[in-house]
Amino acid sequence: MSEPFEPKIVGLLCSWCAYAGADTAGVSRVQYPPNLRIVRVMCSGRVDPLFVARAFEHGADGVLVAGCHPGDCHYLSGNNYAEERFAKFAQLLDFFGLDQRRFKLAWVSGSEGARFAALVAEMTEELRALGPLELKVQ
Amino acid sequence: MEAHAYDALVIGAGISGMQAALDLAEKGYQVLVVERQASIGGTMAKLDKTFPTNDCAICITAPKMVELARHPNITLLTSAQVERVAGSVGHFEVTIWRQTTYVDPEKCTGCGDCARACPVEVADTFNGRLSQRKAIYLQFPQAVPAVYTIDYAQCTGCGACDRACGPGAISFLRRSQPLTVTVGSIVVATGFEVLEPTELRREYGYGRFANVLTALQYERLMAASGPTDGHVTRPSDGQAPRSIAWIQCVGSRSTQGGHPYCSKICCMYATKEALITREHAPDTATTIFYMDLRAYGKDFQQYYQRAASHGVRYVRSRPASVSENADQSLLLEYEDTLTGEVASATFDLLVLSTAVVPPPENRRLAQALGIAVDEHGFFVARDALRAPLHATREGIFLAGGAQGPNDIPDCVAQASGAAGLAALPLSQRQRTAEPVPPAERDVAAEAPRTGVFVCSCGKNIGGFVDVEAVTASARALPEVAFAEACMFACSEDAQRKIRGAIEANGLNRVVVAACSPITHGPVFQQTCAEVGLNAGLFEMANIRNQCSWVHSSEPGPATTKAADLVRMAVARASYVKSLPVQTIEVTPGCLVIGGGTAGMTAAITLAEMGIATYLVERETVLGGKLNLLGKLAPNDLPARAFREQLVHEVQRRPLIKVFTGTEVGALAGHVGNFEVTLDGGLGETVTQVQVGTIIVATGFREVDLRGRYGYGDDPRIITQLELERRLRDGTLGKPRSVVMINCAGSLDAENPSCCRIGCSVAVKNARLVHQAAPGSQVFLLYQDLRVYGKGQEEAFTQMLAEVAPQRIRYDAERPPRVSLEHGRIMVTVYDTLLRDELEVEADLVVLTAALRGDGETPRLKQMLKVGANAQDFYHEAHAKIRPLDFTTEGIYLCGGDHYPRSIPDTLAQAAGAASRAAIPLLRGRVKVEPIVAEVEAARCSGCGLCVPHCPYGAMRLDAERGVLVIEEVLCKGCGTCVAACPSGALQQRGFADAQVLAMIETAWEGALV
Repeated sequence: MSEPFEPKIVGLLCSWCAYAGADTAGVSRVQYPPNLRIVRVMCSGRVDPLFVARAFEHGADGVLVAGCHPGDCHYLSGNNYAEERFAKFAQLLDFFGLDQRRFKLAWVSGSEGARFAALVAEMTEELRALGPLELKVQ
Repeated sequence: MEAHAYDALVIGAGISGMQAALDLAEKGYQVLVVERQASIGGTMAKLDKTFPTNDCAICITAPKMVELARHPNITLLTSAQVERVAGSVGHFEVTIWRQTTYVDPEKCTGCGDCARACPVEVADTFNGRLSQRKAIYLQFPQAVPAVYTIDYAQCTGCGACDRACGPGAISFLRRSQPLTVTVGSIVVATGFEVLEPTELRREYGYGRFANVLTALQYERLMAASGPTDGHVTRPSDGQAPRSIAWIQCVGSRSTQGGHPYCSKICCMYATKEALITREHAPDTATTIFYMDLRAYGKDFQQYYQRAASHGVRYVRSRPASVSENADQSLLLEYEDTLTGEVASATFDLLVLSTAVVPPPENRRLAQALGIAVDEHGFFVARDALRAPLHATREGIFLAGGAQGPNDIPDCVAQASGAAGLAALPLSQRQRTAEPVPPAERDVAAEAPRTGVFVCSCGKNIGGFVDVEAVTASARALPEVAFAEACMFACSEDAQRKIRGAIEANGLNRVVVAACSPITHGPVFQQTCAEVGLNAGLFEMANIRNQCSWVHSSEPGPATTKAADLVRMAVARASYVKSLPVQTIEVTPGCLVIGGGTAGMTAAITLAEMGIATYLVERETVLGGKLNLLGKLAPNDLPARAFREQLVHEVQRRPLIKVFTGTEVGALAGHVGNFEVTLDGGLGETVTQVQVGTIIVATGFREVDLRGRYGYGDDPRIITQLELERRLRDGTLGKPRSVVMINCAGSLDAENPSCCRIGCSVAVKNARLVHQAAPGSQVFLLYQDLRVYGKGQEEAFTQMLAEVAPQRIRYDAERPPRVSLEHGRIMVTVYDTLLRDELEVEADLVVLTAALRGDGETPRLKQMLKVGANAQDFYHEAHAKIRPLDFTTEGIYLCGGDHYPRSIPDTLAQAAGAASRAAIPLLRGRVKVEPIVAEVEAARCSGCGLCVPHCPYGAMRLDAERGVLVIEEVLCKGCGTCVAACPSGALQQRGFADAQVLAMIETAWEGALV
């Protein structure tokens, strides 16, 4: 039981920017911690808050939603809706007794491989400090 | 024997040849592609990354290679060359020599057993001779066709390969053979090579010192699939270099070296190589010795600045000498021309950016084709200004490096242009109808039987992830009926095995664990489709980009993660359904917005293909910038004459309907069916037209410099465009002192971009001013002299000799100041080379103003639903390989609205955009996005919350029934509406809740550890 806690993260990434950014991190061989599992969607606007809730429910210690930078959305405005939606959702997390730092909404472009890697590294560190998520709700 | 008939022949299958062949084949023409090498892919397949986006080169090349090899309208002959061309346009008779490779391509599986058995080791030319290969070899892992080749010059004939070959593919009795075919037109795309300075004076120690490489060799050192698996090491000792220097213009821009031209791509690739080197190993000191830093493409200057801010050091110098130290590091002696300092420095590795040269083969081919090459061996255009893609024999067209140094987007644009022009002599021919897709198996009622294929990607995955363990864990999943590891899943051989496994095991879902679905998804979907599995039944786990490449030092966790990613993909696969492919009919006809050089040329090309075209121009006359210019480079043709020629060509074609004084008022619809409202002004004449595709050619403009450099304060302070008019109208007068200030409003903090054409315009106009006002003194104030385009370096040298301008180099930090003193114009400038402030009195100040896209761009981009940057230049779909497409299907761009460019480049792009826009029109049908939103009417409450979420207007409420209706053709498949639906009535095909949740819920549950 002496092994250090390794946080489990689920990432919901838009195909055009954030997922492409993760691809670029790979192509550029930028190293980051192996604590993230990526789920691709076409647009951050597709991400239903239910997805995030389910991730927490099914073992994730942290959830990352990432899309195109404002103004860069491949579908023009999907990321704006994501931002709106998750601003409210983050407040709900408090209500459920979940530390807001366990959820992150970020913008990553297709060329920002190094930034994507840094983002994952940073989030992993933060979650390590927070410790495992213990859900009390059924 | 009757010769086999094709519609077109493409010679060379690098990025240019591939694009030209695909553009022709997509139109329904039968294309024969002849490549001299054993694999297609050309130089681009050798590159590590591409500037300025750092895209992985092979990742964007390989899908095109596979697409070409698979295209039903393309026949590919590798290891072949054209021997003779008889006949004439429309009826060329071509003799081709097929070199035997002693391997039967039908039998070879690409397994490599032969190469392992071969005892002969030779230098691997694909890797710049930095590694060894066998005498029987595959050029590179992603080679197409994936067939081994015997290098006969090296083969000892021992027969070891023959004995090792399981399928018996090797036969030394296979003979080289001639083949005769007929074609209607020909595209020449033979590419380029780089100078290896051993042949000259062994410049800078190349060939003598172990640690001196060409930049192309350095690309191979950086490439993950290269001789060192992407680790940059010194050839002498295998150690990582702590310091690397690049020397620019080795052999180029030098009449002594025999290559007076600028090689055009080196400043940017050296910048890229240095930048990426530092990203990999931040402690490596990188220094680039340059003459002028020619960062003149779209976003190039920003890329250069990024490199500089990331610690890449730039020294303006052409080093004098290189010698080798005892530890085989290299001592450079140089003078920094900005500081005047004479210095020496030691580097562990030296990279030479050597001249881009034509393949020696060009001269023989030119004879066979009956076309001309220039003194260097590049193919010559019939008219460098007006027909830049026409070779000197009718029916033969040129693209890419074959006619001079070009970067990738210019190659692609020229290739599409050459394909467009090569289609013209074929317009009366019968085109091959759309192939019927193979019948699909209906698997809806079957329980999931998933096949999993885990790719090693050579060592890219297999070097860090235990591929066998991942395969075994996949095999243990209940839904998985078959799991297998493979060396290169994207190789032709592996694809054949995947198809076989699907059929043999009755698989109804396929998961490939390999690289990114963005680059390779379509390749595997096509493989599945060939054996009746719908694209929707395919899933990918990205265990390379998301795993092996980013967790290289943690093989244990990387393997666990790879297994998790496969499990997630398998879970999702159980919920996927077939995605119905629908097609819609295309309305014939194309709308061209903008009646300048680009728009008129596009319209003429389309009309020649038999396509009805609406040409819309905001001004009352056609011509665009040609109405404002004097004489055109490179041959001083009056712009007026060229304008008249183009207008005449437009007017004599009844298929072109011209609307001058007209703007696009409104636009609705989608690829195949656009409804356009043309507004003739003041509500006078409103015309509705229906078209299938749209070309945007709205050009560029000078920025308003009022308030800067005294512009607007005095009629003697003008811009280049105003100078052009004075030269044309003969109103220049006799100025004795003319000061040209380049980069006015560019390369500064406010607008960091380089306008690309400014230096060439200044060079041309300096000469024309000198001719119009003999005896005048021209002062040329510049930051870097970035002349661009074929023949421009030579024109620059000639201008220097003729005009003898005083050249003054200034820095962005200390821009020239223009002041008016008692009616005299004084220009004060700090000369960075003399390191002194100078004051010049000017009779005329000519500002080479920064350029930006058209003022209407912000309005048009909304209407067209496309993007543009801060300078109002439109965003193309991909900076490298899709320069003429928008991401919005059915809309294309060309000319100065993409980025300022020369007239020959504009003509190439315009013909290219016409070629692209013609594809849906000639095919007659287009496919609809399959991953659209769908509504379950029974659950829809008709609340309408989703409607404003759709930026495409694809959703509307049926008031009568109180439910939502989705127009699938308009839906782009983002899924934003689905997340907005409060009653769960909306779903996205391919991204339904159940499919996404299956991954989320299995990401960490059921994990191995």
